[in-house]
Amino acid sequence: MKILIRGGRVIDPASGVDDLLDLFVEDGKIVRIEKSIGGTEPTEAGKGKGSRTAKPAESALNVDRVMDATGLVVCPGLIDMHVHLRQPGREDKETIASGTMAAARGGFTAVCCMPNTEPVNDTRSVTDFILDRAKREGAVQVYPVGAITKGLKGEELAEIGELFEAGCVAISDDGRPVMNAELMRRAMEYAAMFDLPVIQHSEDLHLSGRGVVHEGLVSTELGLRGIPSASEAAMVARDLLLAELTGARLHIAHVSTAESVRLIREAKARGVRVSCEVTPHHVALTEDAIRGFNTHAKMNPPLRSEADRQALLEGLRDGTIDVIATDHAPHTVQEKEREFDLAPYGVIGLETALAVTLTMLVAPGVLSLPQAIAKLTSEPARILNLSKGQIAEGADADLTIFDPNRDWTVDPATFASKSRNTPFAGWRLTGATVATLVGGKVAWEA
Amino acid sequence: MSLGHKDLLGMQELTSDEIRLVLDTAESMKEVARRDIKKVPALRGKTIINLFYEPSTRTRTSFEIAGKWLSADVINVSTSASSVTKGESLKDTGLTLQAMHPNIVVIRHPAAGAAAFLAGRLAASVINAGDGAHEHPSQALLDLFTIREKMGRLEGLKVAIVGDITHSRVARSNIHGMQKMGMEVRVAGPRTMLPCFIERLGVEVFTNLDRAIAEVDVIMMLRLQIERQQAGLFPSLREYSRLFGLTAERMKAAKPDVLIMHPGPINRGVEIAPDVADGPYSLILNQVENGLAVRMALLYLLAGGGQAG
Repeated sequence: MKILIRGGRVIDPASGVDDLLDLFVEDGKIVRIEKSIGGTEPTEAGKGKGSRTAKPAESALNVDRVMDATGLVVCPGLIDMHVHLRQPGREDKETIASGTMAAARGGFTAVCCMPNTEPVNDTRSVTDFILDRAKREGAVQVYPVGAITKGLKGEELAEIGELFEAGCVAISDDGRPVMNAELMRRAMEYAAMFDLPVIQHSEDLHLSGRGVVHEGLVSTELGLRGIPSASEAAMVARDLLLAELTGARLHIAHVSTAESVRLIREAKARGVRVSCEVTPHHVALTEDAIRGFNTHAKMNPPLRSEADRQALLEGLRDGTIDVIATDHAPHTVQEKEREFDLAPYGVIGLETALAVTLTMLVAPGVLSLPQAIAKLTSEPARILNLSKGQIAEGADADLTIFDPNRDWTVDPATFASKSRNTPFAGWRLTGATVATLVGGKVAWEA
Repeated sequence: MSLGHKDLLGMQELTSDEIRLVLDTAESMKEVARRDIKKVPALRGKTIINLFYEPSTRTRTSFEIAGKWLSADVINVSTSASSVTKGESLKDTGLTLQAMHPNIVVIRHPAAGAAAFLAGRLAASVINAGDGAHEHPSQALLDLFTIREKMGRLEGLKVAIVGDITHSRVARSNIHGMQKMGMEVRVAGPRTMLPCFIERLGVEVFTNLDRAIAEVDVIMMLRLQIERQQAGLFPSLREYSRLFGLTAERMKAAKPDVLIMHPGPINRGVEIAPDVADGPYSLILNQVENGLAVRMALLYLLAGGGQAG
């Protein structure tokens, strides 16, 4: 299969390229990156997606397909390093097939699935199952994240060495923090042998108590139990000290508070090996979204205050925050349609992340387009040691083609995900995926 | 005149005119309640369901009697006897009740927002009889009624609400209601039981009882939930009582004719000393009596009263 992608604005943060270029893809790899491959400029004035019959010069290359990317952006395939695919165990919420299709639709060519499945991904057999399913049914590349502790119980280390051998790219007890500092220290030391990043869901469970939303003005008004910012920041502070102690690589999931950003910024300046991510919903929304007891705005960490949101934007701007990741957390309609206290935490994000990023971060000038793309491609690849996230001759042809100017309205009914729990329903967003190529094959196309 | 809402979910969404309408209507209802024969036909043929997910004696009984005096058919559904224990969702319980065409559903539920959840799914009027720590509007209305009855006005009066403000729906509803009626509200309690940013609701915050009750016209004591001790919010009943219990001795810091209120049930000797609870300035039993009149008014106004007669 040979594909020629013509006339797009190729943005590759890894190499710093941002230019109008043609890409020639053959046998799953990018083989040529040049101006005007085939010798002729595209003559059509039309912009947007679409194939057309190969012209003589193109047929000389034996091209199977020409994709016209005029007016579109072509970038390395987006990588979401934090999703919940729910399989095995909760296939009513999502499966590897549906979750990866949602990813492809959102422009992602790779996802990292968290281990809080049923059973937990704390053994090679579960990792094998996930990778096998992904190979057979997955629309995009799946990189499993293994558990830090057996059963996510926070008591004994999982067989991290074997998880690494089986293909896990990081370890995490996501959804639960490793509360025992001694155990976290040992996990970090142990994971460092394999150069695996340890991803922490940072939360002091004692401080969170039975809280369901951010502890702030809105929790006080609505009478909902609050989770203080210090619950996250206290755990971030502890883990930064442990990363310093062990020299291991720490990645902090879904940072949500100003205090966490400040602590991570200071730690990076000291040379601590720490990275972190933020979700699109935490940069787009605040605690005000829960008014009316909106369970689609219930997630953990909770939506914080406007001051926190501003601190997240600053953290993205100055590079403290490395990655944008969705924490895609599918839940069924009936689970979310109930009393606020009883609804599960989490929202889906794969099919809105790119557009929310473009609309809420790039359009207002918080990040340039290449900076935003870096946080969705080369940065997660770097943290996870993946040979992905770049456009280079010889690299895997994992590519995302999107229209940065197309407006659309979020309609959950059209999602490829099995679930509908988005806080962005009805939002008008700018920027839409046109095509997603995984290993040189079109995984999704508008 | 009628309320401009299908439901009564909280004091936060009522205007001062609407509050005044309820209080004025309650005055005529109180006259009915004091008759020898209390039954009036105002809500004949109307059905009221009391849906209680939390144990309650006074609120449930009060709504039940209020409905019966207005000749409505009142049905009580409580958690232990219902399908709730079989795991039916609030949505399905609501839809099931809706199919029985009630006019009003009175709900008490431990989760904040439960009344609003139900209201969005029912054609019937929903009255929030307490949703978690969120709101308990009929309590605030009966408190306002009781104060107005005693003082002849609400505007310009000062009140101190004392106790566990964080977990109190009574405090939240009263803060909204009292401020709308032009009252000045203070809250007082241990720092561990004062929610963050409470001052942004326009109240003055105290952690010293003597200072909180100085110069106020009304002291409203809240019930202390004993379980809060295990949660680490206060060290012992003894110390709580010493710092925040209202005793005759403490009352010397207050105006001599200060009114004492408590939504009940009281913990005698904990947040309120027996001689204060039973003393001449205590309105605790007036609150209970006025609760009937206020709830009659609410049922009457929400069930389309005025047409029936």
